[in-house]
Amino acid sequence: MTARYTKDHEYARADGDVYVIGISKHAAEQLGDVVFVELPETGKTFKKGDDMAVVESVKAASDVYAPISGEIVEANAAIVDEPAKVNEDPEGAAWFVKIKAADASELDGLMDEAAYAAYAAES
Amino acid sequence: MAMNAQGRQTRADAFAATDAPTFTGNKALQIEEDLIFEIGDFAGTGVDLPEPAAKESRLGDMERTSAIGLPGLSEPETMRHYVRLSQKNYAIDMGPFPLGSCTMKHNPRLNEKIARLPGFADLHPLTPEAQCQGALEVIYALETWLKELTGMPAVAMSPKAGAHGELCGMMSIRAALEARGEAATRTRVLAPESAHGTNPATAVQCGFTVDEIPADKTGRVDLAALKDMLGPDVAGIMVTNPNTCGLFERDIRAIADAVHEAGGYFYCDGANFNAIAGKVKPGDLGVDAMHINLHKTFSTPHGGGGPGSGPTVLSEALAPFAPVPYVVLEDGAYALVETRRAAKEEGESAKSLGRLTAFHGQMGMFTRALAYMMSHGLDGIAQAAEDAVLNANYVLARLKSEMTPAFDGYCMHEALFNDRFLKDTGVETIDFAKAMIDEGYHPMTMYFPLVVHGAMLIEPTESESKRELDQFCDALLSLARRAKAGEADVFKAAPVHAPRRRLDETAAARKPVLRWTPPVAEAAE
Repeated sequence: MTARYTKDHEYARADGDVYVIGISKHAAEQLGDVVFVELPETGKTFKKGDDMAVVESVKAASDVYAPISGEIVEANAAIVDEPAKVNEDPEGAAWFVKIKAADASELDGLMDEAAYAAYAAES
Repeated sequence: MAMNAQGRQTRADAFAATDAPTFTGNKALQIEEDLIFEIGDFAGTGVDLPEPAAKESRLGDMERTSAIGLPGLSEPETMRHYVRLSQKNYAIDMGPFPLGSCTMKHNPRLNEKIARLPGFADLHPLTPEAQCQGALEVIYALETWLKELTGMPAVAMSPKAGAHGELCGMMSIRAALEARGEAATRTRVLAPESAHGTNPATAVQCGFTVDEIPADKTGRVDLAALKDMLGPDVAGIMVTNPNTCGLFERDIRAIADAVHEAGGYFYCDGANFNAIAGKVKPGDLGVDAMHINLHKTFSTPHGGGGPGSGPTVLSEALAPFAPVPYVVLEDGAYALVETRRAAKEEGESAKSLGRLTAFHGQMGMFTRALAYMMSHGLDGIAQAAEDAVLNANYVLARLKSEMTPAFDGYCMHEALFNDRFLKDTGVETIDFAKAMIDEGYHPMTMYFPLVVHGAMLIEPTESESKRELDQFCDALLSLARRAKAGEADVFKAAPVHAPRRRLDETAAARKPVLRWTPPVAEAAE
């Protein structure tokens, strides 16, 4: 499955039985150089829309919201050590967390790639 | 070549600017200044004290054997170091400070004169009440002015800055909820997306969780959305008015009523009070608590120039919880109510939340603020608000031809632009701001409020003359035209005339060097 996007610029992409969560390329560009990332601990559970992580750039600090409810099974320590990675490959190696979804149907309301591209171009 | 009567060249460009290096690295009066640890040697000292005649160490083997490593400068060297550093600063006494949401206004010299009167300046905070009646009267008179200007029944004078005032207000709200037995159930605080960062931080510090109130298309609180968010779990809202987009919250009375109806309190962030002081009383808007930045609205020094001061006014509902100490007038004499017990004796309902600071607040700021108020009078304070709003609208109107306002219509005390006019120029807000440094201006607030893309927030204040504003606007218009004319390279290189070029903010944020460490060779000693 390809990625699904929220209006707040998070993406969720299926990877086996978990979902890989991160921020979109568009969001990373808008933020500018990322200098700090704070990720939740594994085992924590979030409801869709909860503040899940923090990303801070030279311009602004932003909350990252959970695009889907579930439990954190892995957090990407590499981007905490090297926040620059978020600018390099946000939708690839610089994912934020992996979530075991409580209800995968929550993703139905999110945008697909084409819809998100149109949304991002507008905002 | 143009000459004046004395035969001197009169055209500035007759002395061609050059980047030719100098031996010292200085550029005339632009002195390259090392860190204080890098000047002189560690053996030197500015004072020459005699060795104590007889000393018997009682430290045993705890005595220090290595050098203490303090900078070894003489007094004149130390003086020069700090004077040179101070001259690298931009200050309100040097030029306009267009930072938005910051109210960098002129600090009248009269304030300084009054604050330096020895009776105020040399006063110890533990001076017996009988010997400092004048100082207590200053605090009392300032309290009276603040209550009158805000239409609120009580004021806590001790908070030492805006955020501290917020803490005072939110602690009062918490105390009131505890007294109602609802502290456990009312746990949410609502704040607009455009709020100052200190608002949610304060709420969290007081044990609340924070939810964002969305803005409507005009940049104001979305009243319908707010009403949907209210409920029995809401402790209160924190709203700035005029808000951080420089807009008056027109629905403020309806917002306050809705919050009160839902059983919550209304904290108003008073950072932008300068725009409405003398015109609007926050008490009439249904505010329960509001801090007043004396260092913004009432012209006391700001930022590096002096300590902040954030007296917080409280409504009838919150007044019983006001912190101690406060000044009362009894039988013609001023007295301090310093403890919760004393506060209880003052009035049966008093449930003071206690003490926020060791003493009575920023006395030096109190004298300055009262001097400003008394010299301006109520009509003068109202005129300052009018002129601040007029100046901001003048800037908005003049810049609108080349720059893009974030919202339609008039603004209050600050003009907010987005970066749409820079679209496809390759120039970003930060480059634009850096180019302003080359033009001799402190940049405006950038990238705040967050709800506006590439925000540029300009607050000229009432202090600037039309001549000054015109020059400022001309400079910005010229920059905007150059950006659109494809001179992105100039912007990306800016600043070129500052003592340092573009700093690597990313590296500074990612790998900050927060303290000086001795060079490796010496460290090994």
